[in-house]
Amino acid sequence: MHIDLTDQPIDITAALQLAEDDGAGAVNSFIGTVRNQSTGRRVVRLDYEAYDSMALHQLRKVAEQAQEKWPMLRKVVVIHRKGTLHIGDVAVIVAVSTPHRAESFAACQYIIDTLKQVVPIWKKEFYEDGTTWVAAHP
Amino acid sequence: MKLTISLFGIAREIVGQPALELTAPEGQSVQELLTELRQQYPALGQLSSLAVAVNNDYATDATALHERDEIALIPPVSGG
Repeated sequence: MHIDLTDQPIDITAALQLAEDDGAGAVNSFIGTVRNQSTGRRVVRLDYEAYDSMALHQLRKVAEQAQEKWPMLRKVVVIHRKGTLHIGDVAVIVAVSTPHRAESFAACQYIIDTLKQVVPIWKKEFYEDGTTWVAAHP
Repeated sequence: MKLTISLFGIAREIVGQPALELTAPEGQSVQELLTELRQQYPALGQLSSLAVAVNNDYATDATALHERDEIALIPPVSGG
């Protein structure tokens, strides 16, 4: 299991290599990138803020839960960026390896979906005319 | 007891500082802490949700707080 939170650009190739495993016939990944618009407003940049110690702890828990749900999981890699990101930058990568493909899709989706619900990381969007903390208000 | 509460994201901006120091009765519950903070900072009550983390895990309303706990306010998360 490789879990990381970094203020440096994420190396996708290196992350995928960490997920490779001789016993795996499938490596599945999700790459989250910064989009140029949000709810119709043009996004200029994003700031990601993390509660580092808890974020790492919760990411490990999510990976462990995936391991329990899919015991055939070989490798789990989750790397999340923090700090200032621009359009097209990679914000997160999840990569998993499994013997067969079906479980790789399911485990990868479970990890990114759960990450978005529980891991204490916050995204502030900067527009040409203002800012918003994403999801903060109903 | 003295409590230090770490603040992140919009909670940090609402309070205007990265941490709060409070004096509270020993064993104060998470629910009591939240009620007090929402009274002091009404904008916290406008958020979609506001959780409390104790020692890097989500706490429940009934969780009792202790002086050496690492406590943080967790406004709605938006990672990924």
